[in-house]
Amino acid sequence: MDNDIVIRVENVYKDFILPHEKNGSVKGVFTSMFSKATKKKETQHALKDISFAIKKGEFFGIVGRNGSGKSTLLKILAGIYQPTKGKVTTSGKLVPFIELGVGFNPELSGRDNVYLNGAVLGFSAKEVDAMYEEIVDFAELRRFMDQKLKNYSSGMQVRLAFSMAVRANADILLIDEVLAVGDADFQRKCFKYFKKLKQNKKTVIFVSHDMGAVREYCDRAMLINDSKVVDIGSTDKIAQQYTRLFMEESIESSEEERTQDRWGDKAITLESIDVKIVAQNIDIKMVINCNKDFQQPVVGFRIRDMAGLEITGTNTKKEKLTLPDLKKGNKLKLNWQIPNILSDGEYNIDTALQYSDEITVADWWDSAVHLVVHKDRHLPYAIDPGFQVSIED
Amino acid sequence: MHRLKQRYRYSVILLRELIRTDFKIRYQNSFLGYVWSLLRPLLLFVILYFVFTKFLKVGTGVPHYPVYLLLGLLYWNFFVEVTIGSVTAIVGKGDLIRKINFPKYIIILAVLTGALINLSLTAVVVAIFMIAGHVSVSWQALLLIPLLFELILIAITVAFFLSTAFVRYRDISYIWEVVIQAAFYATPILYPLTRIPHFYAKILILNPFAQVIQDSRYVLITHSTETISTVYNGDRWIWAIPIGITLILTAVTSTYFRRRSKHFAEEV
Repeated sequence: MDNDIVIRVENVYKDFILPHEKNGSVKGVFTSMFSKATKKKETQHALKDISFAIKKGEFFGIVGRNGSGKSTLLKILAGIYQPTKGKVTTSGKLVPFIELGVGFNPELSGRDNVYLNGAVLGFSAKEVDAMYEEIVDFAELRRFMDQKLKNYSSGMQVRLAFSMAVRANADILLIDEVLAVGDADFQRKCFKYFKKLKQNKKTVIFVSHDMGAVREYCDRAMLINDSKVVDIGSTDKIAQQYTRLFMEESIESSEEERTQDRWGDKAITLESIDVKIVAQNIDIKMVINCNKDFQQPVVGFRIRDMAGLEITGTNTKKEKLTLPDLKKGNKLKLNWQIPNILSDGEYNIDTALQYSDEITVADWWDSAVHLVVHKDRHLPYAIDPGFQVSIED
Repeated sequence: MHRLKQRYRYSVILLRELIRTDFKIRYQNSFLGYVWSLLRPLLLFVILYFVFTKFLKVGTGVPHYPVYLLLGLLYWNFFVEVTIGSVTAIVGKGDLIRKINFPKYIIILAVLTGALINLSLTAVVVAIFMIAGHVSVSWQALLLIPLLFELILIAITVAFFLSTAFVRYRDISYIWEVVIQAAFYATPILYPLTRIPHFYAKILILNPFAQVIQDSRYVLITHSTETISTVYNGDRWIWAIPIGITLILTAVTSTYFRRRSKHFAEEV
């Protein structure tokens, strides 16, 4: 085995057998022994022919949508599941974070849980003794350590678990995206920790569906879809493919969903919307129909990329444009102009016709129109405002 | 070699923490909690002692019957504690099993350790009874060491089997509760083997657990108790049967456990 490679996955398959009628009892065994008809089993192929290798010191991202098999793969790497077929070789001490605070027991005090979780992470009681003070300070829970964990708020539990996790001393870390949930402050802490891991040249496998985080920290990434590896490569390349995956999905489901994604009391309705790219601008023309007398409508829209990320948006009230009161049968035409700073790619525009309170909806239309932006280059970010760079003489 | 040591280290750390946790959780809300778990077998002993010596007079003729009975009860209590505690142990640790990879046998070892601690503490009571009853102890008492080893082997073999089977078949816990009731009466704990028909005695003593109890009483308390050899008219080779049963069951169960334990994470 190449000395540089710390994880090698070769043609790994994983099947789960899903019994239709679970034989969870001895009676079940007896009855199914005598009647073959009940022996219906469904095999779910969670992973198919997965192969890749990870080098020492790499920050490797695994992305894929929910149910693509990425968490199963992580559990196989962690040794929790056995592959049905294929081989996984790892070298070095490996610590998985499938979840924070594994082993935490609500009936025990914070202090006891530190020792318990410490043991799960591979620390002896002596080692935990030595870092106990640090852990408590980092979690900012000094006053609560002798209380039972069940009396902690979920935020406090996460803080305690996280301050344990950052102490895990391993050659390889497997991190599931669950680590990055929580409030903004906590996420910042997490990302700081990721940066530290990166600086310390730890081998990290990071599973996520947040392409942004993967792009920021990972050196390389792998995209899994439908239990198979779609591609392995630079994060930019994988991000592009990931977005395309979402695009295909949304085009497939477009027609019928488009009507479903429209709601409101229909006092006024969007009759048509037209988007054109003219020179350096995106022009949006809207025609609004009034079905009932209507006072001071507010018209807005937002632009989303194919992954669903909201890039920008506004409405007439924010733009300080007061629209006239409308009478039944009136038509209102609006023209919007936006500098085209979007990156090369495809987008959806959601529109909203609202009452003057900006809350009550008359006609809300998700993905009312599709927008394709062609530029001569592709930036892996949401916007491409045009840059200028020069060397100073 | 280094990796082996590393792996072993993790098991020990986790085992210690599991034992501590189980202990704390079980006894945290009762004042006399732990004392009760020791008192229970002793109180049962007092009851049975009265019933069997004063009312039924089963023990008459057996020298040092109180110690004789107590020893049997403590062995039995150990066996029950290990097996009943183990049945749901693996499923009970499902949360852990689904999230980290660790050697699953330590779950059973944690149960075993707890029961062993109780056994050694109650053994002190046996010692007190022996001194009070002027039981003379010979060098033969050293044979207790291999006998205790056999007792532990029997208990954990059953424990490994039950806990593994329970992952798939949840009826096991109910079945075992019934079986263990029957086993209590099928094992010569209360009665001397001489009090039952010889034909049944010959069958019952083949049970490894019965053999261990009788042998322990023989080496520690009184030579006038029956052992498997005396039941079979002094045939020494007959020991091969219960010991053979134990070893075969241990081998079969360990294979079963090792094969199934890989899949616990998916099944618990």
